[in-house]
Amino acid sequence: MELTLWTYEGPPHVGAMRVASSMKEIHYVLHAPQGDTYADLLFTMIERRGQRPPVTYTTFQARDLGGDTAELVKRNINEAVERFKPKTLLVGESCTAELIQDQPGALAKGMGFDIPIVNLELPAYSKKENWGASETFYQIIRTLLKDKTSEIDTINPQRWKSFGRRPKVNILGPTLLGFRCRDDVIEIQRILSEQGIDTNVVAPLGSSPDDISRLTDADINVCLYHEIAETTCEWLKRNFGMEYTINIPIGIKNTINFINEIHEKLDLPLMNKEDLEHKSKLPWYSKSVDSNYLTGKRVFIFGDGTHAIAAAKIAKDELGFEVVGLGTYSREMARQVRATAKDLNIKALITNSYLEVEDAIKKASPELVLGTQMERHSAKRLGIPCAVISTPMHVQDVPARYSPQMGWEGANVIFDDWVHPLMMGLEEHLIDMFKHDFEFVDGHQSHLGHTAKKAPDFKEEEDERSNFNIQKEGGVIWTESGKAELTKVPFFVRGKVKSNTEKYAISKGLPEISEETLYDAKAFFG
Amino acid sequence: MSKVELNKESGPREVFCGLTSIVWLHRRMPDAFFLVVGSRTCAHLIQSAAGVMIFAEPRFGTAILEEKDLAGLADAHEELDRVVNDLVSRRPEIKTLFLVGSCPSEVIKLDLATVAEKLNKRFLGQVRFVNYSGSGIETTFTQGEDGALKALIPLMESTEDEKLLLVGTLANNVEDRFKKIFNNIGITNVESFPPRQSTELPMIGKNTKVLLTQPYLSDTVRDLKHRGCEIIYAPFPLGVEGSIKWFLAAAKAFKINELKVHEVIVPFANRARQALEKHTKILRGKKLFLLPESQLEISLARFLHNECEMELIEIGTPYLNKDLMEAELNLLPDDTKIVEGQHIEKQLDRVRASNPDLVVCGMGLANPLEAEGISTKWSIEMVFSPIHGIDQAADLAGLFSRPLKRNQILTSKTLATH
Repeated sequence: MELTLWTYEGPPHVGAMRVASSMKEIHYVLHAPQGDTYADLLFTMIERRGQRPPVTYTTFQARDLGGDTAELVKRNINEAVERFKPKTLLVGESCTAELIQDQPGALAKGMGFDIPIVNLELPAYSKKENWGASETFYQIIRTLLKDKTSEIDTINPQRWKSFGRRPKVNILGPTLLGFRCRDDVIEIQRILSEQGIDTNVVAPLGSSPDDISRLTDADINVCLYHEIAETTCEWLKRNFGMEYTINIPIGIKNTINFINEIHEKLDLPLMNKEDLEHKSKLPWYSKSVDSNYLTGKRVFIFGDGTHAIAAAKIAKDELGFEVVGLGTYSREMARQVRATAKDLNIKALITNSYLEVEDAIKKASPELVLGTQMERHSAKRLGIPCAVISTPMHVQDVPARYSPQMGWEGANVIFDDWVHPLMMGLEEHLIDMFKHDFEFVDGHQSHLGHTAKKAPDFKEEEDERSNFNIQKEGGVIWTESGKAELTKVPFFVRGKVKSNTEKYAISKGLPEISEETLYDAKAFFG
Repeated sequence: MSKVELNKESGPREVFCGLTSIVWLHRRMPDAFFLVVGSRTCAHLIQSAAGVMIFAEPRFGTAILEEKDLAGLADAHEELDRVVNDLVSRRPEIKTLFLVGSCPSEVIKLDLATVAEKLNKRFLGQVRFVNYSGSGIETTFTQGEDGALKALIPLMESTEDEKLLLVGTLANNVEDRFKKIFNNIGITNVESFPPRQSTELPMIGKNTKVLLTQPYLSDTVRDLKHRGCEIIYAPFPLGVEGSIKWFLAAAKAFKINELKVHEVIVPFANRARQALEKHTKILRGKKLFLLPESQLEISLARFLHNECEMELIEIGTPYLNKDLMEAELNLLPDDTKIVEGQHIEKQLDRVRASNPDLVVCGMGLANPLEAEGISTKWSIEMVFSPIHGIDQAADLAGLFSRPLKRNQILTSKTLATH
């Protein structure tokens, strides 16, 4: 039993709903009690969808449990097939139905429909949303393509040459309630078409069962989000020999690696190699002098595996930040996140507890947090700027404007989204110059909306959480001169200076902190 | 009783389960914690319905059952013990801890009553434990509050004092307003249940007269009757007329002259009717379809028809308690169609066929209906907004007139030709 106040991922059947709702001509009968329909609002409110998710909930009640719930399942399946006329039917159960073991998938298969039926067994007590989405996508592909495995020869990625057509690829992994998937797909298709590569099928987003049946017309697969599509890509490779891409095109370097990887697999000459560096404004913006102040900014990163890893690479290599924390809630991608963290000489945080993440942020005292909507709230409480880089989705993560994360435009979006919450370079410099002028209001936030109420002072630190009592480290006393000097430190680094100085004083066994201790500590930490 | 047309329907439903009521209950009682014993689905439901991220640490959570808990029941009890211990030591400010049953905990027959009993002994004088079920297999949306209040009744001490007890969660400002008006009418001993602090439970007994503020409290009413309380049957205090009848019913039970009530209320009522008029202008003659969710549907329909002159197509309600609703049903026009229960697909067919001007529905349905060109009002707002009482009547009407007004603005052609 695990105490959960808030969770990054929903149950696995919500992942299945993400896949079903992304597709056309498909229907999902979910054996579930009253109340599980809440999941509809994720799609209709957060994604602002104008259609209901294609889901029929059997809605069993306590009084049904003594009787024949299997009959109830069959009645709902019959009604759903008759009303919605899907080309493929998904059948599964939510957590409670799993306990009563009606096996709705097997029931559906025995009902004599002439449409493919996908039996979804998603263990609700051990797995989560992204796993459920991945498994559902895989089961759909397997069901619709398994008869083809004996018909089709191994797909050579270079066969397009002998077919006398342009190379074509499938883009696999984008779903509803995935972070900026809608726009990533457009951006990636644009990049591919610039290279003379056609898109065969995008799935699950916008695809129908008929589209799935023609996945094997493509030469290779683009695995756009490992969390959702890796299992499927592996199966397609194993059964049809279809190669798939490993690089995730988020950030300039990753996008270039991605384009190179595709060209190599397809054996397609890369014509405009030199142009690629100039497709996005990020490299120049990052090099321009105003960005000097970004150098070594301490950044803490937490999100799903795909976005957290990409963010770490961009932060370090393309913006010149120092990554002081990296973590994910995607246990399936823990290995890759740990490897990335190791390269950065830090330890990865793998957790589903937002309180643990908040504590890690406090300890790392970053200047910027890149996280989920939950980290945005935590960072707000801590007075640290934050940009959102990952699911779980919030209505703000489905902006009206074109706003991808991937490719060239994605890099532009990322530069703006990550840098704007920070103080601009020239502005930071001016504040430092004028901070002793009487007009200067301490806590000045320029254009930034966030409040710096967390800038520590000598009042008892009030935490919004009554249960958290911050221990004063070792009870070190600040002298009047020490206090005075600390107030001269710009408010946005004061927290870090204070804790570093206290740490230093404790390590040296000093009973009190004077003005000089502060400078000693400054010299010590550099 | 008026001749309303009562129908029953069964099938797939699009409603919240009783766990959702934690969202307003925990705000009403800031010293209480609601611990759902359930699955990741339960946790996800509550956070999705409540927008949990605004809290540093919310006063509700889920003890999520895992595979190993399902293997043997003894383990599940021990595990729950451990979770509660952690929670109590983390959150010393908690005075009452509700153990809330869910669909999975009910199906595996986790005995939360026994767990609560044991914990009560261990944490005696520190935290009180009560249990109820908010499971979707037994409860719909607001019925969760019914369960929570019923669970508190055994903790309420007995008294012979004469008092008026308002039962059902109210917004604090509305509660204050009601108490002031009752005071002016001459009823001075007025208390509320649930109270603002879980530890300040009102005392009850045979001289307690219960006036419901919410229509969904069937089980609570039954147990209050068992404790000797007298139930005052009345329409619910939604809208001007509903509120007046509600005050009058209370006054009658306290043998206070009707004239005294009117003397106090008339100035308020006149002011409220005036405020209502600008909404009625928009709502008059418009066709209304209410989908079932909160059990407030019948009272809302009565208000919107009688005071805002809307036409009623169909009133859906998840559950109909005829005793509690009799006074409301009597105020509805003859042949009003009421449907208890739901078959969501068939009901949506009727929605489309009847061409309504406004549909009251859950959040999962609102945007899809809007996309079909049908204006909607989400029902969850009725349980989160202060809508009770004379002073709130115009605000309540505003919830329904706003979508229509907005629709009018957005479809207006005045700028289109430039």
